[in-house]
Amino acid sequence: MDFQYTEEQQLLADSVARLVEKRYDFESRQRIVASHAGHSDEAWRELAGLGLLSLPFAQDDGGYGGGAVDLIGTMEAIGAGLVVEPFLSTLAPAGRLVACCGSAAQRAALLPAIIDGTLKLAFAHGERGARYTLSRVETRAGKAGEGWVLNGEKVAVLHAPMADRLVVSARTAGVPADEAGIGLFVVDAQAPGLAMRTYRTVDNLRAADLVLKDVKLPAGALLGEAGGALPAIEEAVDFAIVLLCAEAVGAMRYANEATLEYLKTRRQFGVPIGSFQALQHRTVDMTISAEQARSITYLACARVDAAARGEIDAAERRRVVSAAKVKVADAARHVGQEAIQLHGGMGMTQEMKVSHTFKRLAMIAQQFGDAEHHLERFAAADSGAGRTAG
Amino acid sequence: MDLNYSAQELAFRDEVRAWLDASIPADLRDKVLNYRDLAKDDLVRWHKILAKKGWVAPSWPREWGGTDWSPVERYIFEEEYAYAGAPPIVPFGPTMCASVLLEFGTEAQKRHFLPRIYHCDDFWCQGYSEPGSGSDLASLKTRAERHGDHYVVNGQKIWTTLGHYGDWIFCLVRTDASSKKQEGISFLLIDMKTPGITVRPLILLDEGHEVNEVFFDDVKVPLENRVHEEGKGWTVAKYLLGHERLNTGRIGASKRELLKLKEYAAHAPKDGRPLLDDPRFRDKVSRVEIELMALEITNLRFVDEMRRTGRIGAEVSMLKIKGTEIQQAITELLMQAAGPLAQAFRPIDYEGFDGFTASIAPRYFNFRKTSIYAGSNEIQRNIIAKAALGL
Repeated sequence: MDFQYTEEQQLLADSVARLVEKRYDFESRQRIVASHAGHSDEAWRELAGLGLLSLPFAQDDGGYGGGAVDLIGTMEAIGAGLVVEPFLSTLAPAGRLVACCGSAAQRAALLPAIIDGTLKLAFAHGERGARYTLSRVETRAGKAGEGWVLNGEKVAVLHAPMADRLVVSARTAGVPADEAGIGLFVVDAQAPGLAMRTYRTVDNLRAADLVLKDVKLPAGALLGEAGGALPAIEEAVDFAIVLLCAEAVGAMRYANEATLEYLKTRRQFGVPIGSFQALQHRTVDMTISAEQARSITYLACARVDAAARGEIDAAERRRVVSAAKVKVADAARHVGQEAIQLHGGMGMTQEMKVSHTFKRLAMIAQQFGDAEHHLERFAAADSGAGRTAG
Repeated sequence: MDLNYSAQELAFRDEVRAWLDASIPADLRDKVLNYRDLAKDDLVRWHKILAKKGWVAPSWPREWGGTDWSPVERYIFEEEYAYAGAPPIVPFGPTMCASVLLEFGTEAQKRHFLPRIYHCDDFWCQGYSEPGSGSDLASLKTRAERHGDHYVVNGQKIWTTLGHYGDWIFCLVRTDASSKKQEGISFLLIDMKTPGITVRPLILLDEGHEVNEVFFDDVKVPLENRVHEEGKGWTVAKYLLGHERLNTGRIGASKRELLKLKEYAAHAPKDGRPLLDDPRFRDKVSRVEIELMALEITNLRFVDEMRRTGRIGAEVSMLKIKGTEIQQAITELLMQAAGPLAQAFRPIDYEGFDGFTASIAPRYFNFRKTSIYAGSNEIQRNIIAKAALGL
């Protein structure tokens, strides 16, 4: 048992944190989100330059061969700095689906480009009315000669506007909500028949709703088996969830540090407001929420990696990942709301970074399923009489 | 980062688990698991079994009977111990008084008291709180006046847990009324058979007798029963506060109780289906379970910090806060699971009466104590705010 990062992990986490601090301070970040593209190619190149995009991919594919645990420090720094670049979207679920479902040829074509930063991906999966149910896919993939033709609509595809390619889920058989019958396709963002309505999200990321109308794909666009993609999608989404939790842990750390600093400097009635017990106890509860979220994030990252190594089964992975998402969602809302309350009127303004952290935390709480969704999934994955809670 | 126990630690866990399984007398385990009162004889009997095994005081130095376990092994032991349904080792002797003696006691005091504590020849209790001194402990008023080779003690202590079983009591008393409130306090060991001591039960809202008032009326205490210098009692008290705080989360016990709650709710019918499958109820159980999963890791993070650095920060108070919130939530949900049956209380001696169900509501009421005792959760928040956050 050891809760320290290895020297290598620590060095990497430090260099990401330094990069974010230097290149992604709040003012720079605000300039980036206000720009037309809504992201920074320069920052992206620098992130890629640190080797971060190689972390979760196998050494045979040119990666570092790490897991979720190796990415905790990076995601924390991204969360603390409110980095809007498509780091997570590229790595997971999309990149992970390429890595796990792709043929040798597909992996060779895509993964080195992901790793060196020249290929950005997004995962086009969610549909209107699907809410968080991963099997609810209506978009259709029909056979057309050797290839495929896709028809349907996708909503709220994060980072789609800046993606070079999309990993798109579509039904090759069955009806919406069938577990079988879902396939995955790699689609060029410029493909004829693919229309994107792009927008800014409330937390200043970029996203798009997609309409796919007779999008023709070659046979080689299919990732893995036609119709058998759901287990891989679930795994890749679980991987993304635990990284998102780590991002939230970083964001909560920032929110708590900023709030504490504010309590020590803001004076009313002739004293720092942090001398008031009513505020002290609330600050302590924010700290506890954030530490509990950090703990369960560590656990979930470790379990996702253990599942990938075959040491635990998918049900146990689901149980722990959902537990983490519930706790992180609850903590994110608690810490975010309290940070605003304790900053008073200033917390309500656009000028404070903490206000933007709050918005990001609120969206993280719902991304890939809110607390209620994951409570349901947690209960469903419970085998009953587990000896250990952990 | 590696969240798993080492092979050696796992082997240790298996050894502890197997021994506890084989060694806890069935009648005692039954009492613990069914929330029944443990008599003094029960506690002493189990203490002596554990003493014989050599596991009664793991944290003591080896020469006095400690086990030399690592912080991780001690944590594993505590967790297995609580999970197994073993009667508690009442902490006032082995954990509290002994820690004070080991740090501040004279050789004579150690040689006399430590072996007797180890084997439970004396049953110890704690004389800290007074009617006017709860969270503000340093305002205590019980006086000890020096007369030749002894003190004469007058005053009153309250919330004395198991005082009615006590052979000895360690007390904070005021030896100098003229100095500032934290100064002028001394730490005395008092034989409860001394004339002038009266123990009066305080019955709690579950009608249980666990705490008492203890009155001191011209009680003579030999000078050699003072630990540390006169007037340095507050130093001793503060030392104790910082001691043994890695197990206040009570993870093992809460795991066991959570499992019991789930089993109970799985057999409690609601419209012909298990209550546990009712989403409104299940979500409440799940949130507690998830909080406990997180707290286990939080606890292990503190254990790891202790192992690496030999010390832990004031943030460790969060284990007490969260741990007690979880314990209380479980008792509350169990009471909810019992539904209308939770009303039944006493008598419990007619055939077919579900004694376990009848003990659920009293336990809920009783467990409100956990966020009050051992430094209320509000005091714990003060500690974190001041010592960890710098507010």
